[in-house]
Amino acid sequence: MDFFFQNPIGIVILTVVKALALLVPLLVGVAYLTYAERKVLAAMQLRKGPNVVGPLGLFQPFADAIKMLMKETIVPTGASRVLFLLAPMLTFMLAMLAWAVIPVNDGWAIADINVGILYLFAISSLGVYGVIIAGWASNSKYAFLGALRSAAQMVSYEVSMGFVIVTVLLCVGSLNLTEIVRAQQTVWFVIPLFPMAVIFFISTLAETNRAPFDLPEGESELVAGFFVEYSSMSFALFFLGEYANMILMSALTTILFLGGWLPPIDIAPFNWVPGPVWFVLKICFCLFVFLWVRATFPRYRYDQLMRLGWKVFLPFSLVWLVLTATVLKLTGWLPA
Amino acid sequence: MIATFAFYVFAAILIASAVMVVTSRNPVHSVLFLILAFFNAAALFLIAGAEFLAMILVIVYVGAVAVLFLFVVMMLDIDFAQLREGFQRYAPIGAIIGGILLLELFMVLATWRFAPEAAALRMNPNPPGVTNAEALGRILYTDNIFLFQGAGLILLVAMIGAIVLTLRDRPGTRRQDIAAQVSRAGSVSVRSVPQGAGLKEIGILRPPSPEEEKPKQVEHHHGGGHH
Repeated sequence: MDFFFQNPIGIVILTVVKALALLVPLLVGVAYLTYAERKVLAAMQLRKGPNVVGPLGLFQPFADAIKMLMKETIVPTGASRVLFLLAPMLTFMLAMLAWAVIPVNDGWAIADINVGILYLFAISSLGVYGVIIAGWASNSKYAFLGALRSAAQMVSYEVSMGFVIVTVLLCVGSLNLTEIVRAQQTVWFVIPLFPMAVIFFISTLAETNRAPFDLPEGESELVAGFFVEYSSMSFALFFLGEYANMILMSALTTILFLGGWLPPIDIAPFNWVPGPVWFVLKICFCLFVFLWVRATFPRYRYDQLMRLGWKVFLPFSLVWLVLTATVLKLTGWLPA
Repeated sequence: MIATFAFYVFAAILIASAVMVVTSRNPVHSVLFLILAFFNAAALFLIAGAEFLAMILVIVYVGAVAVLFLFVVMMLDIDFAQLREGFQRYAPIGAIIGGILLLELFMVLATWRFAPEAAALRMNPNPPGVTNAEALGRILYTDNIFLFQGAGLILLVAMIGAIVLTLRDRPGTRRQDIAAQVSRAGSVSVRSVPQGAGLKEIGILRPPSPEEEKPKQVEHHHGGGHH
């Protein structure tokens, strides 16, 4: 058995199995996130939500998926064909790719790399390409306007997200995601770095183009934004990519601020529960807040969005970064 | 063996996409090929063991610089025919400049010598037991902090210069003053309303009682909550 896991073919097979073990639950999670979103929104708006397909409407995601698959893929005339079809694939692929470094439990990551957080940041900053390419390749005004909005929005919020991540890294002293969670053994970072956690969460809303920052697809002015021209599977890939990104960003928030797989208190009934369960529960909490925000807040105006990103979050996170560094230095808590 | 194979694959794609940057007809395609080239360069960094540089290359160049680049190129209104018009006229000059640059590159490569202490480090750039990011951090922030801060100051001056050059204070524009809006009494105000009042009106929370008239039927829209 050891021999098998040490030769190259064995390593490849093992990695593929690990990837499937992560991606299959993830995709089921994505399917049920769409269901959860409709149910939560319905409950908040005093409606029932999907309740016809299967018990409590539980088979609704599969009905939606089959409907999507049955439709015709339409490529508009004048569209740049290759790029038009590449964009949704890129969006979906990036949403899956990032999961390679996420530690579900202590040591349970497909690739436990030293620069894990930078890898995640790099992958999430690439998400904008799917949107821009889709908008440009569609050869349509609405799609292009949506893409331009999205590009400006995602680049703006990445800056403050970067500062929040740097603040957390200062407290950890490592770029490894497993180390980041281990550093929260005594206290989750959401307590000492609470304002940063709030900024980070709001930035992830902007980064995933979710309400109240869903201007790239603002249906009242841009029809559906960058994916107006998409139908069938190509639309489904955008849809899945967006929801997978939401789960990814929740996982990132969990790792950075909510202590990853760690139980809230390290005492008897809590530490009986295995780590991955805590991890999934915390992700579910973050996702619920995503949906809650969508049901509660109206969409921002574009200039308000830019103002919030550049004139509020950026200076604030910069000042907090300096403050954190100063406090760590003066108290001697700076990790070696 | 796998590393060597991967190196040749990434290097080949890097060179091919670099050629496509120059030769493709559509400038947007050029930028996209440039991004592919950046990516493969990052992969080569990874193979060389410089994982921090690889990630920073992707974050800074692919994630930010190339996005803005693409942004600008997409909005440019370029006449492709006009762009290619002068090709034959400028070809000789371009070829001469390219030739000179190539010659210079060869001259540099031929006379390149490593300093003796650098040659030893070249085999093993990381100090033992220290990760890539940590080794870079020590050099930048501990050993050469003043040079690093000097570089930062130069960038700051350039940034302020760019802002000063492009900032125009146009009189007569109406700006939103959020503080004034929020503190203004009257038209926009926050009120506390009794909890659940709306629900009782619709008739959801109110228990059905015979003496009251029947609550008005309210039409519900089911489903369709997602985009």
